[in-house]
Amino acid sequence: MNLGTVIGTIWATQRHPSTAGLTFQLLRPESAAGQPFDRPIIAVDTVGAGVGERVFYVGAREAVIALRDVAEAPVDAAIVGIVEGIDERRSEVDK
Amino acid sequence: MMLATVVGNLFATRKHPFFEGKSLLIVREQTPHGRAHGPTFLAVDRVSAGMGDRVLINKEGSGARLLFGGEEIPLQAVIVGVVEGVAMEESLQ
Repeated sequence: MNLGTVIGTIWATQRHPSTAGLTFQLLRPESAAGQPFDRPIIAVDTVGAGVGERVFYVGAREAVIALRDVAEAPVDAAIVGIVEGIDERRSEVDK
Repeated sequence: MMLATVVGNLFATRKHPFFEGKSLLIVREQTPHGRAHGPTFLAVDRVSAGMGDRVLINKEGSGARLLFGGEEIPLQAVIVGVVEGVAMEESLQ
């Protein structure tokens, strides 16, 4: 799992039926210090995260497990929580 | 598995029900020589690790499922040990 910030929303009306009803958010993966470490990815939202919110997400096959009422879907990242706070050792994080 | 350092603690109220009551820690991979490697990521703690601890992490979904009764869970990285020491053969480094 990684941290990230929701930076946008994706619209797609014409899509695979297994993804019906899912919300796709554009997500910027970040370190705990808020530093982006990869290009933005597209993740399915399971917690109602809005643009600008800091979240955590799970990738790979485990992303599908996070989806309620969906057994199999072509999804490789899912937002599973909204970050409220972080206690950190800044020196370790930024090193 | 990999070595990592616990660098933070995460608080979240709105989250997938699986994470209710579980400790989410922010970790960073560490080389055996103690150098940080790559960006921080999140892991669920199973061994009461604390801030600053050097830990052993399983970062693979089926290993994680084993630790939680084989259920389908949205989790890959689990802290499975607190490392006390690493001994390396100097001639092989």
